[in-house]
Amino acid sequence: MLEIKNLHARIGEKEILKGVNLSIPDGQIHAIMGPNGAGKSTLSYVLSGRDGYEVTEGEVLYNGANILEMAPEDRAIAGIFLAFQYPVELPGVGNANFLRTALNAIRRKRGQEELDAVAFLKLARAVVKSLHMKEDFLKRNVNVGFSGGEKKRNEMLQMTLLQPGLAILDETDSGLDIDALKIVADGVNALRSEKFSALVITHYQRLLDHIIPDMVHVLAGGRIVRSGSAALALELEEHGYAGLEAA
Amino acid sequence: MPGWKPPDMTALPTRKLEAWRYTDLRPLTGITFATPPALSAPDLPSLDLPRLVFLNGAAAPEFSADLPFAGAFVPPDAEDVLPLAQINAAAARDGATLSVPAGQDAGALLLFAQAGGETAFAMHPRHRIVLGEGAHLTLIEIAKGNGEYWHNPVFDIALAKGARLEHVRVQQESEAAFSLCTIRAEIGEGAAYEHFTAAIGARISRTEIHATLVGEAARADVNAVELLRGTQHADVTTIIRHQAAGCPSRQVVKAVLADDARGVFQGRVEVAPGAQKTDAYQMTRALLLSPRAEMDIKPELEIFADDVKCSHGATIGALDDEQLFYLRSRGIDELTARAMLVRAFLDDALAPVEQPQARGLLDEAIESWWRRS
Ligand SMILES: Nc1ncnc2c1ncn2[C@@H]1O[C@H](COP(=O)(O)OP(=O)(O)O)[C@@H](O)[C@H]1O
Ligand SMILES: [Mg+2]
Repeated sequence: MLEIKNLHARIGEKEILKGVNLSIPDGQIHAIMGPNGAGKSTLSYVLSGRDGYEVTEGEVLYNGANILEMAPEDRAIAGIFLAFQYPVELPGVGNANFLRTALNAIRRKRGQEELDAVAFLKLARAVVKSLHMKEDFLKRNVNVGFSGGEKKRNEMLQMTLLQPGLAILDETDSGLDIDALKIVADGVNALRSEKFSALVITHYQRLLDHIIPDMVHVLAGGRIVRSGSAALALELEEHGYAGLEAA
Repeated sequence: MPGWKPPDMTALPTRKLEAWRYTDLRPLTGITFATPPALSAPDLPSLDLPRLVFLNGAAAPEFSADLPFAGAFVPPDAEDVLPLAQINAAAARDGATLSVPAGQDAGALLLFAQAGGETAFAMHPRHRIVLGEGAHLTLIEIAKGNGEYWHNPVFDIALAKGARLEHVRVQQESEAAFSLCTIRAEIGEGAAYEHFTAAIGARISRTEIHATLVGEAARADVNAVELLRGTQHADVTTIIRHQAAGCPSRQVVKAVLADDARGVFQGRVEVAPGAQKTDAYQMTRALLLSPRAEMDIKPELEIFADDVKCSHGATIGALDDEQLFYLRSRGIDELTARAMLVRAFLDDALAPVEQPQARGLLDEAIESWWRRS
């Protein structure tokens, strides 16, 4: 269960989040929509612990623990996963090595056995296949020379391997064609369970045809200005965000 | 050691020389360097390779392989134009003499030099490596030790047509040591000198490489990493002389500098008239892990031919916060994440080292450097 209570955050002198309230019970998927610059990525970074964001008020609990006090790696171990809007390139770091280091770091801390190179490759290859990615994905440097769609799929590969309890998808659908979009949706839907929840940030209603959300929220001007059922996404698609900030 | 003489300190280069602007050898002048003591129980690496062992500068046949292509020490000429080689010339009493006959693949060989003693001492080995036409050798060199000493080796290398020498140096000298190495390689037609240095140890070190491409399509690869901390100083200086047409040279030098460490790279590329179709590439990057660390980079191009491709670049930076966050957001702890990024930073300098044992040795050396910092 994720509980965001009256969250205020700023970058430097600029206040971006101005009192966000949001709860996502286990087993549910919530979508956040909103205009550019609303603070959606800021929210995802604050939840995952990136430096440079100062929380001035409020709290965030995940399964009862105050995650704002935790280092990014500890949040990942607790089960939080962020699929980046702009995945980072790591020249000189092989994708397989990266994935195995991450997976084993998490498995170790969760009290699970580490995977050796052979067992890891077997698992990773199966996931690569399920995401319709090329085999050489594992051999390339992390995100280096990847197309936009490949980067997003690499985020899904990481998510599937790391088995998070809470996935935050920051515009993972942007720039994807319909086939890639379905692959992303399949990746998320495959994780669905009573123990899994997700926060899906998107501009477009179309992703929500494939990942049916339990609730849709509109973030504008640093606050949640409207919440509703999946039908709200359709309404936004039709009428846009105009007037919502005032609401 | 019989015939040992104290080094001629008056011949030491000073910072007034352009080639020595960034490296100050005055700390050596306050030290009295004695005769190397005997060293009898070396700490040999467990590499499964034939080896030549030098202990405090003296050949140790009892620990060395009996190689058909190794010969007796040949004293160098008395006169030399390079100041350190001049000091070496006057004092050299031992060294490896390798001569691989034409057409022979001599495989990989370990040149292991260990030093240690109670009082400061100096050693000036003179190594000679000659590869005949089409011959091949991989020379993996480890230099290590403890205590205060000055290691001043000179390598004279000649590669005949089509020969290839892979020369991988792992410099892990004592932290009180001075390690000043001069390498001269004459590279014949279609021959290749592939050099890699890891400068990790020593208080002050310099690796000075003169690679002269004398035959067409000869190739020189000079790659190096400097991994330094504390107040260490490491200098990699290269002089690549393109004297024949159609020769490629590639230099990638990476420095990772912690604390108050100082790294230097001076890279000079000379293209002689007539050395058309020269393809010379040079790249230096420094990663500063501390605001007090310093890197000095001096590329120099001297080009007297018109149809050439010469490029050089240099960057100095810190670890990237975004990359660090990306790794940590995947559950990787900060220290491991930093180690991964440092290793990645070194990657393209290391990539040309293909011999598996050399690679293993370098990976281990980098890993253990990182664990200690
Ligand atoms: N590093 C930064 N420094 C200063 N302002 C920033 C920074 N990152 C984002 N902002 C500002 O914060 C606001 C919210 O940005 P962001 O969270 O990326 O919005 P969204 O993801 O909803 O498009 C924008 O006005 C943006 O310009
Ligand atoms: Mg955004």
